[in-house]
Amino acid sequence: MYDMKALYEAKSVPDAISLLQEHPGARILAGGSDVLVQLREGKLAGLEFVSIFKLDELRGVSLEQDGTMRILPLTSFSHVARDPIVNRCVRVLAEAVDKVGGPQVRNIGTIGGNICNGVTSADSASTLVAYDAVVEVTGPEGVRQLPISEWYVGAGKVALRPAELLTAILIKKESYEGYAGFYIKYAMRNAMDIATLGCSVNVKLSGDKKTVADARVAYGVAGPVPMRAKSAEEAARGKPVSEETVEAAAQAALADVNPRTSWRATKEFRLHLVEELARRALKEAINRAGGEI
Amino acid sequence: MPQMQLVKCTINGKATETTVDVRASLTDMLRNDYRLTSVKKGCEVGECGACNVIIDGECFNSCIYLAVWADGKSIMTLEGLIGPDGELSDIQQAFIDEAAVQCGFCTPGFIMTAWELLESGKEYTRDELRKLLAGHLCRCTGYENIINAVETTMKKRLGKA
Repeated sequence: MYDMKALYEAKSVPDAISLLQEHPGARILAGGSDVLVQLREGKLAGLEFVSIFKLDELRGVSLEQDGTMRILPLTSFSHVARDPIVNRCVRVLAEAVDKVGGPQVRNIGTIGGNICNGVTSADSASTLVAYDAVVEVTGPEGVRQLPISEWYVGAGKVALRPAELLTAILIKKESYEGYAGFYIKYAMRNAMDIATLGCSVNVKLSGDKKTVADARVAYGVAGPVPMRAKSAEEAARGKPVSEETVEAAAQAALADVNPRTSWRATKEFRLHLVEELARRALKEAINRAGGEI
Repeated sequence: MPQMQLVKCTINGKATETTVDVRASLTDMLRNDYRLTSVKKGCEVGECGACNVIIDGECFNSCIYLAVWADGKSIMTLEGLIGPDGELSDIQQAFIDEAAVQCGFCTPGFIMTAWELLESGKEYTRDELRKLLAGHLCRCTGYENIINAVETTMKKRLGKA
């Protein structure tokens, strides 16, 4: 038995919002692979929960008329990983969520939950940050959108207001079209592990594949929240496709990050990974974009 | 008063219903209400895979799945693989033949994941099988014989063994 004070099952998004208004202390329960585990550990014991798990209206991936990709938050990692639109437009995201936990966890864990818990190590988060994703939330006052750069407000904290619910993750066409990317999860095991450091990179090359037209470098666990490494991006943008450019960008990344020592790894080891993973991910992203180093 | 809720679902092909405490996990419901004791209580935090069952064709750790979520779903446990006269399915027999069972506690979970991947009708490499079976811990066998059992069954089903 889970130590819950009460469970309210939402019948629709508006119903979920009114349940959250009626029960201000209640926590949202999506796939539960994080919340139910925390309940077992006693962390969320005795609270009320609003389950949105059965809201199939919040599952699926679609393309809007303008090419914006709309990922609904309850889509499981395994469904995101298999989705043809995701694989065509943002392959890195499909690959990143395929690195979460193990098969059963990927079947229950949701991409929305992965960013709503505000965790820096979330495998989808660094890639969504790299793609400049837009977060859409619905609450008592209606729908609002905000860039993912404003979503994370602190370790484990996101910009959800009371009674608000994440209702979509959007990736605009200009954010993915022409880009190729790569995600590296560094962990101690090949499965059922949490990233010691994650690095997601995407690049766009010039027509002749000789110049880096644009680069986006994002990290998980390099700070309290998933983050972009703007110095690294600047070091690569407009530069020739070369070892030197990759090297300069990888080293520049060190200026952007702020990792800490935890039981998983020391700050020094994480700094080493920041540089090394950027190097490897950039090279692979450039290769995928058709560039040669 | 505990908060109770009616759960109607199909379990191993049979339509069933029962009233559960909303705080119960699906593991609790399957073991306590239906005596399906192949569903093991291991870590209870979704790490070991001993409680793994198939819900609408996909594998889930029933320990981190609320019993009330099962309403309207079709669930299959290891008991559902057994024939009407107690005959073992091909994958169960393969676990015996390949000595993939020692203490047996992880076996039902492994077999249900194996069932899901075998039902896909795809041919997987050994590395892919390792990844697909990575959500299960076995403290006895060292995994090799388990992977052998799944691989052998896969090849037999595909007419390649």
